[in-house]
Amino acid sequence: MLLIDCPHCGPRPELEFRYGGEAHVARPAEPATVDDAQWMAFLYLRSNPKGLHFERWRHMSGCGRFFNCARDTVSDKILKTYPAGQARPSLEALGLAPVDHEVRA
Amino acid sequence: MSSAYRLPHATCIDYTKPLRFTFDGKSYQGFHGDTVASALLAQGVHLMGRSFKYHRPRGVMAAGAEEPNALLDVSRGGGRSVPNLRATQVELYDGLVVKSQNRFPSLRFDVGAINDLLAPLFGAGFYYKTFMGPRKAWAHLYEPVIRHAAGLGHAPSKPDPDTYANQFAHCDVLIVGGGAAGLAAALSAGRSGARVIVADEQAQWGGGLLAERGVEIDGQPVQAWLAQTVRALQAMPHVRLLSRTTAFGYFQQNFIGLVERLTDHLAHPPQGQPRERLWQVRAKRVILATGAIERPLVFSGNDRPGVMLAGAARQFLNRYGALVGKSVLVFTADDAAYQAAIDLAQAGATVMAIVDLRENPQGPGIEAARALSLPVLTSHVVIETFGRLRINAAALGRIGPDGDVTPVKIEQCDALLMSGGFTPSVHLFSQSRGKLHYDADRQIFVPGISAQQECSIGAAKGTFALQESVQEGFAAGAEAAEQAGFKSQTIAPSRVRHDVPSCAGFSGAVPRPKGQRAGKAFVDFQNDVKVTDIISATQEGFKSIEHVKRYTTTGMATDQGKTSNMNALAVAADALGRTIPDVGLTTFRMPYTPVTFGSIAGLARGDLFDPVRKTPIHGWAQHHGALFEDVGLWKRAHYFPQKGESLHQAVLRECRTVRSKAGLFDASTLGKIEIVGPDAAEFLNRLYTNAWSKLAVGRCRYGVMLNEQGFVMDDGVIGRLADERFHVTTTTTGAPRVLAHMEDYLQTEFPELDVWLTSTTEQWAVIAVQGPLARQILQPFVTDIDLSPDAMPHMSVRTGHICGVETRLFRVSFTGELGFEVNVPSGQGRMVWEALWAEAEKHGACAYGTEAMHVLRAEKGFIIVGQDTDGTVTPADLGMDWVIGQTKPDFVGKRSLVRADMRKADRPQFVGLQTHDPHFVPDEGAQVVAVAEPATGSAALGFVTSAYDSATLGRSIALALVANGRARKGETVYLTRLDGQALPATIVDPVFYDKEGARLHA
Ligand SMILES: [Zn+2]
Repeated sequence: MLLIDCPHCGPRPELEFRYGGEAHVARPAEPATVDDAQWMAFLYLRSNPKGLHFERWRHMSGCGRFFNCARDTVSDKILKTYPAGQARPSLEALGLAPVDHEVRA
Repeated sequence: MSSAYRLPHATCIDYTKPLRFTFDGKSYQGFHGDTVASALLAQGVHLMGRSFKYHRPRGVMAAGAEEPNALLDVSRGGGRSVPNLRATQVELYDGLVVKSQNRFPSLRFDVGAINDLLAPLFGAGFYYKTFMGPRKAWAHLYEPVIRHAAGLGHAPSKPDPDTYANQFAHCDVLIVGGGAAGLAAALSAGRSGARVIVADEQAQWGGGLLAERGVEIDGQPVQAWLAQTVRALQAMPHVRLLSRTTAFGYFQQNFIGLVERLTDHLAHPPQGQPRERLWQVRAKRVILATGAIERPLVFSGNDRPGVMLAGAARQFLNRYGALVGKSVLVFTADDAAYQAAIDLAQAGATVMAIVDLRENPQGPGIEAARALSLPVLTSHVVIETFGRLRINAAALGRIGPDGDVTPVKIEQCDALLMSGGFTPSVHLFSQSRGKLHYDADRQIFVPGISAQQECSIGAAKGTFALQESVQEGFAAGAEAAEQAGFKSQTIAPSRVRHDVPSCAGFSGAVPRPKGQRAGKAFVDFQNDVKVTDIISATQEGFKSIEHVKRYTTTGMATDQGKTSNMNALAVAADALGRTIPDVGLTTFRMPYTPVTFGSIAGLARGDLFDPVRKTPIHGWAQHHGALFEDVGLWKRAHYFPQKGESLHQAVLRECRTVRSKAGLFDASTLGKIEIVGPDAAEFLNRLYTNAWSKLAVGRCRYGVMLNEQGFVMDDGVIGRLADERFHVTTTTTGAPRVLAHMEDYLQTEFPELDVWLTSTTEQWAVIAVQGPLARQILQPFVTDIDLSPDAMPHMSVRTGHICGVETRLFRVSFTGELGFEVNVPSGQGRMVWEALWAEAEKHGACAYGTEAMHVLRAEKGFIIVGQDTDGTVTPADLGMDWVIGQTKPDFVGKRSLVRADMRKADRPQFVGLQTHDPHFVPDEGAQVVAVAEPATGSAALGFVTSAYDSATLGRSIALALVANGRARKGETVYLTRLDGQALPATIVDPVFYDKEGARLHA
């Protein structure tokens, strides 16, 4: 069970949270203007990396808020949690060397 | 009873407390502090089990958790029964009843032993090769026969009467293992003030120290040092010592599962005392001091009762005062076994010989043995053992300079102590995802790079000398405390004297004379896997150790290869001509030792398994004979049978009554969400397909919610109470999902909208009053709302009072009749229901349940999301294009509706089915096929989603999703049945009753 640091409430057991899929997958502002391929990518394509992953969690049984989390999918280490809406942190901010991790733009 | 094998001195035995217990119905004596294994050995009993596959007689081989042979069943009566317990871990109490397993009719005479003679048939992959088919043989032959003949103990058949506790804990330092290293670590971490938890699976603290006699630590006899250390720890309030506690799993972020056994060792557990406690511990730092497990040597006949690990014999002697034999033979590749030989000799046993694989072993242990004139045979091996239910002799061979083995003599013995060196217990380290390092010199895997905030010490790290182990413990405890934010003091290094540590070892099959087959040389004792099985697996093409494991079953089951992994690996590496690290190690899986289901389930059993949600009207329904069904966590009244009525009869009556008069229905479980704020209408515009901005205050609309993929995820009626306030209803089970979906979009995609979402499901009781007489039933109680059709048309909502209570009154219908849904505060729900019921009864109305509700809505072709939809259905598929707000630029799911796949002609479409036989009610889920006997492999056109016997129509009705169904109206299709027949039906419109909707608007 993970210990997750809710940016609003502090560290709490995973039992209080719901996973919310990959983070920073923005819904197109005007969906009607995107073509089928772009829309399909938005709906279904996820990076699914082995290693650093930016993902959404919701503190379901706490403040109820969605937030983002940088987690290593191999070690399950949580490198950082930050409020929804904030930019994706840089590798430096996560204490990682750029060579180890390729971030999908 | 003679106690020729019981000695008067032992570290764990209280000789003032004799106990009696029975083993296979026979009574034995033991003492407080004994395990079943030690007590039986002290009575000269070695035979404790039959092996898994060949039913070979087996004795106890080890002294702890790694015991593979002596598996017992402990029954306390009344459903308290546990199979597969290791005799070496079952603590004695007065009146304990244990039985051996896997034998028939008795342990000494077991008919299953015929398998041993048939052994060539039962080699590696036997199951895969033999039980290929035919299919029927599985049910009638293979399964019952194999279940009876093979396998370990029997699972209990009654509910477990015990209770189990559950505890979450946080600490600075968690130490697993209470031996020398672990206790030293606890002492230094504890002195820093850190919160420490120490867990050890045994009843007594000390681990391997408990079997030591002559060793001195800091000038003190080892047992005195141990007692003093434990007292010092017990005096520290921030140190929690958990004995009889197994760390079974190491999870992410230093999260460890522990099971503490509280009552299994007690003759009379106190009433109400939980049997076990599951600890879920989060530790800042973890120290693994889990020790090491001695390796058996692999030679023919190494599984005969009386053959055991040298260290185990020493533990039985020094801890329990049980002498495992009077004339013992020692077979070793390691120094530690010499200490066992010396201790047994000093206790009165005759050491027939110490047979050492090595050419020229040196060291204090060897010198001490020679000083006592114990015969040492170097460059020798055991090549065979003899004896039926107990070893009585062994054949020895000499290894020549060329490596050839020559048989030399037969040596009589009643016990054979073997040692292939020690394997560090890296199970938890490996579970923590740490990387193992192969120490080629010593042929062992030791912890390498840690993946978590953890360190291994002592024998678990491959440090076998006591002095270094204790020092590692002091250092690791201090370091962990510092890392957890405490200031530690240095503890002066200990001086240890007279320790004979393990310093060498051997893995794989020991040399044997040229031309002699490997014979019954066992690698995995619990799973009956021999050297020849592993070799044949490699010859049959299995190259990965993970595949060899599964094919031969070595290292599987409850044992997880504690004594066998390294030998199996060495045999496989040898057969494949590769090195051990090249062949690799199988994954260590949790649990370390088996964990009871009870401890995992904890309190979540029976009534406490899930919360039960009941409506305010539940008690009334119960009182009026309702039978309930589970809908999510809710209990809903399913139907209200009158005297002697079946479900079918009750539902027909309830439906007829609603259509002809009226009915009351408890709809309180409907999900309710209040949406408030300046942007409430805009928010609904984006979350529902329909347009909401122009919905007038006091009006309602049926709304459909899609997911972003364009599929229907929920529906419900939404009423506008004020410009900025909407009362949203959802399906009963969809409510939490819908609210989470709304929150997701509000928080992450549309944060600019000023809207508040509140679940109000539990705040409102909902009473549906449906039927032509609904208005008459309500009228007397409603004072400030005009119920007339003109003032309050279909799909309107009013606030006012009913029975003097605040109400949100909806005019809506899920039955097709004139209908109202009365929302009142939950606390008043039953009062209002009873008032309405008294009135309803005067009009001949009924209370109806969910089954009648389902039938009534199906007659009208109203869908139930999740029954008539399955997550792949669009509004167009349902024939509900009218719910789409075409002029809205966007809503969740809109873009997906114009993808090519969503517009294909052969999409499933929602239709009605009229069976040619009006009495035939198809199964929900029945396949809809084009011909009565479709060719094998051909696709169905669709499937039935709902089907009922309709009282209103006097025949069956069904709803279905059928490919291009609307264009097929009038066509005959066939509906499959479980008996293999398919019966004809005609595709029709899904609205069976009152197509014009005249009744709704009455
Ligand atoms: Zn929170």
